[in-house]
Amino acid sequence: MSLPMAEPLIHDYGRPGRGARGQWPPEEAAPPLPAALRRAQPAALPEVSELDVVRHYTRLSQLNFSIDTHFYPLGSCTMKYNPRACNAAALLPELLNRHPLASPAHSQGFLACMFELQEMLKTITGMQGVALTPMAGAHGEFAGVAMIRAYHRARGDLARNEIIVPTAAHGTNPATATMCGCVAREVAVGADGDVDLEALRATVGPRTAGIMLTNPSTLGVFERRIAEVARVVHEAGGLLYYDGANLNAILGKVRPGDMHFDVMHMNLHKTFSTPHGGGGPGAGAIGVGPRLLPFMPLPIVARSGAGEAARYRWLGEADLPQSIGRLTGFNGNAGVLLRAYVYMRMLGREGMSRVADYATLNSNYLLARLQQAGYVAAYPARRASHEFILTLKALAQQQQVTAMDVAKRLLDLGFHAPTTYFPLLVPECLLIEPTETESKETLDAFVVAMATILREAATDPEQVRSAPHTMPVRRLDDVRAARELDLAWRPGAAAATAPA
Amino acid sequence: MPFIPHTRADVEEMLAAIGAPHIESLFDEIPAELRVQSLAGVPEGLNEQQVMRLMQERARQDGMPLNFMGAGAYPHHIPAAVWQLVSRGEFYSAYTPYQAEASQGTLQSIYEFQSMIVALTGMAVANASLYDGATAVAEACLMAVRANRKSNSARVLHAATLNPAYGAVARATTAGQGLALEALAYARADGRVEPAALTPYAGNDITALVIQQPNFFGVLKPPGQWGKRGADIVVGDGQPLGCPLSSGGPYFGFMATRSEFVRQMPGRIVGRTVDTQGRPGFTLTLQAREQHIRRGKATSNICTNQGLLMMAGTIYLALMGAEGLARVANACMARTAGLVAALARLPGVRRAFGSAACFHEGVLLLDRPVAPVLEALAARGIEGGVDLAPYFPELGAALLVCATEVHASADVDRYASTLGEVLGART
Repeated sequence: MSLPMAEPLIHDYGRPGRGARGQWPPEEAAPPLPAALRRAQPAALPEVSELDVVRHYTRLSQLNFSIDTHFYPLGSCTMKYNPRACNAAALLPELLNRHPLASPAHSQGFLACMFELQEMLKTITGMQGVALTPMAGAHGEFAGVAMIRAYHRARGDLARNEIIVPTAAHGTNPATATMCGCVAREVAVGADGDVDLEALRATVGPRTAGIMLTNPSTLGVFERRIAEVARVVHEAGGLLYYDGANLNAILGKVRPGDMHFDVMHMNLHKTFSTPHGGGGPGAGAIGVGPRLLPFMPLPIVARSGAGEAARYRWLGEADLPQSIGRLTGFNGNAGVLLRAYVYMRMLGREGMSRVADYATLNSNYLLARLQQAGYVAAYPARRASHEFILTLKALAQQQQVTAMDVAKRLLDLGFHAPTTYFPLLVPECLLIEPTETESKETLDAFVVAMATILREAATDPEQVRSAPHTMPVRRLDDVRAARELDLAWRPGAAAATAPA
Repeated sequence: MPFIPHTRADVEEMLAAIGAPHIESLFDEIPAELRVQSLAGVPEGLNEQQVMRLMQERARQDGMPLNFMGAGAYPHHIPAAVWQLVSRGEFYSAYTPYQAEASQGTLQSIYEFQSMIVALTGMAVANASLYDGATAVAEACLMAVRANRKSNSARVLHAATLNPAYGAVARATTAGQGLALEALAYARADGRVEPAALTPYAGNDITALVIQQPNFFGVLKPPGQWGKRGADIVVGDGQPLGCPLSSGGPYFGFMATRSEFVRQMPGRIVGRTVDTQGRPGFTLTLQAREQHIRRGKATSNICTNQGLLMMAGTIYLALMGAEGLARVANACMARTAGLVAALARLPGVRRAFGSAACFHEGVLLLDRPVAPVLEALAARGIEGGVDLAPYFPELGAALLVCATEVHASADVDRYASTLGEVLGART
């Protein structure tokens, strides 16, 4: 299971005068520039051959875990298989080389895909309008809360600046509220995992702008009284925001629009399987109900005519004068949107609810097997959604083996760690999401690894506490990283490791 | 069932382990009245062969016009190695590198990226990238308000020649926090903003000044060396560095700053440190700035970077090096000068800003509205540039054209002769 050892920096391969000359254009006499504008010294970039580059980044790739190489039971992240066809379609030369401002004559194919993506997302979410341009989940959240603010302002309701979030919410929810000039107010979650309705009633009021919820929640359970939550918030004059991080759990089963949400974002890189890419690019399309239609971010694709006569165009400010405006330089992460479009076309109507079926089956199966193996569920009385939480509080108290230790030991056994220490309100927790694309054999192998760790924690706890043992590096000194900042290579810096 | 591996026997065994009669029973906590009635708006599924055929038809509809458009997205040569490496599954399908020990490939690549951005901009530190150039300007304005402790205002000045889309994004993004963006007029004769434009603001409390300069750090003086002190925050769009045009994204925004402002910077940052054995390794650092730790007090709500695009930029810069990058810049200047000269020779076409230096774009003035001319060019397979009338109406019939190292002289000739035909055929 071990990964190869460390690799020098690309800069360490450099030699003066070397270069990937096959990539350079011929030297050309450019119009002269004033000396005051010119760079005095060449930029300190690596001087390396093309083979140096190919070998170095191939080796670096081998230092990573990825879906293609490992099971990634990462709660709240939906690390499912990224189908190759989605990538191949987005790389078709006409689409890859299409300029974002291309004229209508060179746009109808691309815009048709975007329009149909909007329509499919409306159907699957029960929303009335979809805008595709936000470039990540958090960017979609920004758009959503900005629309909520714009809605209240347009009604002259200027005092509403509080966004309610459950204590278990994603960190992006309160951060988004702040970024939009609002204040986040927390509401408690009951012992059964559902929002505490009494606490909610005590929190809403004339300053309530809205509430941000995931459903199923970050506790891996369905918020059963969502209709009552909606009634309380709407009666207080607030709007409901649906954080789409967990949409995979309910795809084709229940729709945010039918749960009375006014606005939501979808993480296309989760539910619709575009690549996570080591941290991005994502895509955070938003959907809105009737109240927020006038405030959607621009641009949005519109269609006129039907069938062979259909024509597509981008809507602008003149079409939507109350819009919160533009959130991206062009049209968002268009290449990601194309991949999500292809994925949805491949799944089709039947495939949508199968995603939720098998994601939920895998999750409940894994939970049952891990409980048999001796692990403790945080909400044993509840049905797991597409993910569930284990609490390792007893293990931490009895063996001094923490959730972090278990997570790191899993790396040695060939599995990516689950999400750890989120949500914060469950002590020593692991949030586990297997997704629908994993086979029973993979889940069974994961159970064996988890059982092994539990046994080790009893017989040889140090083996777990000091894990990982087989990765390119052992646990890293994060305190030193933050105190003695080393954020960039500089010319003259000694090679940390000599090139082989 | 695409991408679902379960056999019937698997399902039966799994349900037995759960103690559930059928899959549907796993949804028994969802109130019946909320359940989906119809998904009629989603078509039937397609297999890979069918969906590729559909996409090829869509792609063919859009064609491959000869492109002279820039305005923030530029056609450049992308070495074949760039995307063959970026598309490796170990990069493509990896998650955010929170588990550092199992993510050294991604983390080290980010550190190398930060190093290259520092080298290009002449700044002390850089982050792991933001969504795009436009949002990077917006984040830089918000960061300036946090970092500038001498100022009590939230007033930001910017050149009126800032990319209009960037200005729009900056306004939409900063409105909630009450920032006021004010435009500085440019000189009509040469398109430049003179320092004198700042005179009316003498004595005012201004938090930040946004200056736009082409991202030609390969030949231009890096912003870290501007004036006596250098710029405080440098942002831009990295699209020209290995990112395909792809209808506007994904690209990546970069951000660099002075050491003293590093804790005000939004986005991920990677640092080099050591492991328990003293060996060097890489990890996400200064996470106390970020939303998953600080929640409502974070510097931004951002929790991604443009990982794959940043990776493409890093590999592109490694392949080009300082010499290759400078050659690309010089080639862009030469081709744009050639394009502008060739078009300005046509009757009814002249330069908007005299002999002012152009990098990869130049502005031309036509003797008639630009939009119908562009439409006629598009019908002849040429994307002739961007009509500036919606953004800079004071310029009249202004056309922004772009040429880079990918444009051969035959391409320029074809554009000039086609534009000649279009302008000659007065309607």
